[in-house]
Amino acid sequence: MNKLELMKTANEIRKGIVTAVHSAKSGHPGGSLSAADIYTYLFFEEMNVDPADPKKADRDRFVLSKGHTAPGYYSTLAHRGFFPTEDLTTLRKVGSYLQGHPDMKHIPGVDMSSGSLGQGISAAVGMAISAKLSGDSYRVYTLLGDGEIQEGQVWEASMLAAHRKLDNLVVIVDNNNLQIDGPITEVNSPYPIDEKFKAFNFHVININGNDFDEIAAAFKEARETKGQPTAIIAKTIKGKDVSFMENQASWHGNAPNDEQYAAAMADLEKVGEALCQM
Amino acid sequence: MSDVKKIATRESYGNALAELGKEHEDVVVLDADLAAATKTGVFKKAFPERHIDCGIAESNMMGVAAGIATTGKVPFASSFAMFAAGRAFEQVRNSIGYPHLNVKIGATHAGISVGEDGATHQCNEDIALMRTIPGMVVINPSDDVEAKAAVKAAYEHVGPVYLRFGRLAVPVINENEDYKFELGKAITLREGTDVTIIASGLPVSESLAAAEKLAAEGISAEVINMHTIKPLDEEAVIRAAGKTGKIVTVEEHSVIGGLGSAVCDVVAQKAPAKVLKIGVNDVFGESGPAVQLIKKYGLDSESIYEKVKEFVK
Repeated sequence: MNKLELMKTANEIRKGIVTAVHSAKSGHPGGSLSAADIYTYLFFEEMNVDPADPKKADRDRFVLSKGHTAPGYYSTLAHRGFFPTEDLTTLRKVGSYLQGHPDMKHIPGVDMSSGSLGQGISAAVGMAISAKLSGDSYRVYTLLGDGEIQEGQVWEASMLAAHRKLDNLVVIVDNNNLQIDGPITEVNSPYPIDEKFKAFNFHVININGNDFDEIAAAFKEARETKGQPTAIIAKTIKGKDVSFMENQASWHGNAPNDEQYAAAMADLEKVGEALCQM
Repeated sequence: MSDVKKIATRESYGNALAELGKEHEDVVVLDADLAAATKTGVFKKAFPERHIDCGIAESNMMGVAAGIATTGKVPFASSFAMFAAGRAFEQVRNSIGYPHLNVKIGATHAGISVGEDGATHQCNEDIALMRTIPGMVVINPSDDVEAKAAVKAAYEHVGPVYLRFGRLAVPVINENEDYKFELGKAITLREGTDVTIIASGLPVSESLAAAEKLAAEGISAEVINMHTIKPLDEEAVIRAAGKTGKIVTVEEHSVIGGLGSAVCDVVAQKAPAKVLKIGVNDVFGESGPAVQLIKKYGLDSESIYEKVKEFVK
């Protein structure tokens, strides 16, 4: 996909996020929207995955460590063809396979159940260790929140990842600067995030996580990095492209009502129309 | 009794892993800086590339084991019971139990027989914690023979398994040709008609000795070895309730939530009978030689004998 196609795809994925959360009347739109471009690039460009064979042995693995942004993950998987986009409106409903947090037992394309913060990265490290043990060439990607890295387990996992020189592992931090209780700088600042990962012997790349050129360059650089894992610190805008959700901690875990949903979709339509003019 | 062969079940764990590693290339062993104590060092020596030392980070180790399991290998994550079931409880529940991953947890140094290290390291709550996790199998072997058989059975079972081992050398009681380990199937070690002692782990041999003393006084005590706490052999409990009508549970674990509670769940719902629970009575342990602690906390054959005698009166 070229950059414009990626941007259009991300726009569709954002519509799916807002639609799913609106239908569920709960969920986490803010961090789903901030990471939509990263999700898009991973599943449409970077990763070796096949919707027709979601469990193929040589697939690249993805673990959503910040599991609450499942709406972003699900919308991406649906648009990539793992399951019908119509199913997104069953999110969080009784009997639906689209659980509030990723469930590997029932959702095609989900490699690991997650949701309790700090745990997904450990599973990703386990997958990367396993690949090294058996000489498999698949790569492992895990997406974390910037609030999530307050969890000590993240650093236990990071220490082991660098110690074992897991250059098949890419840790992405969605640095949208907000958590439930407010700005991460006010709650319990994890900054400087890049210096911390550097100190843990990661190769660190700082990017604008809402810019496909920078995202593409970072993943390329990660592939070329040997002997150590890579951490991509992706500066993003929480609630990206929905005007009233942007940079608002209150939209971390809230669903739009009907009126807000219409406004959000109108915002996203506008973004989509602008892309069509390009 | 001095000529009785004694082996700690943590030794059995290490030896069984090394055997398993020879037969199965997909076995991977994880530890958290305790390989010398959990005895996974035996496996490490034989298969260094398949032994992952995660350092002192048990929570991460459980997640790493989960990740390895998603790729088809069979990880045995090893630590002391206190840290495997206690510290890492939520990781075991959410990263292993919820996705029902094929992870085996080898928990050594369970119970008060840890000895001198004292209460911080004497986990009397692990069975209670682990058996509440849906789909988790919980095994508490009584000796070397059973521990090795349990490791093999755990490997063959697809799904999460919690294996509980001890630090103290305990008598080998199952070394006979008829011995057969079946997951979830209790073993009647001694027939009896007056009372049924259902024991698990270290107190099984103590219960056998207690039954011997009771017999000398004309009390016929049946002894059942309940090596699997979950799934519990409910039939064995129901049979005992019908046969003797009096059940004594013995475990090196809190009387809250462990074997005794599991047996009472069955008795209360399916086969009313009087039950006496012998175990650690809702207190923390303390430092001291293991054998002295077992006596002080009432898990030695003499204490079991006294309590059962009083119970059947």
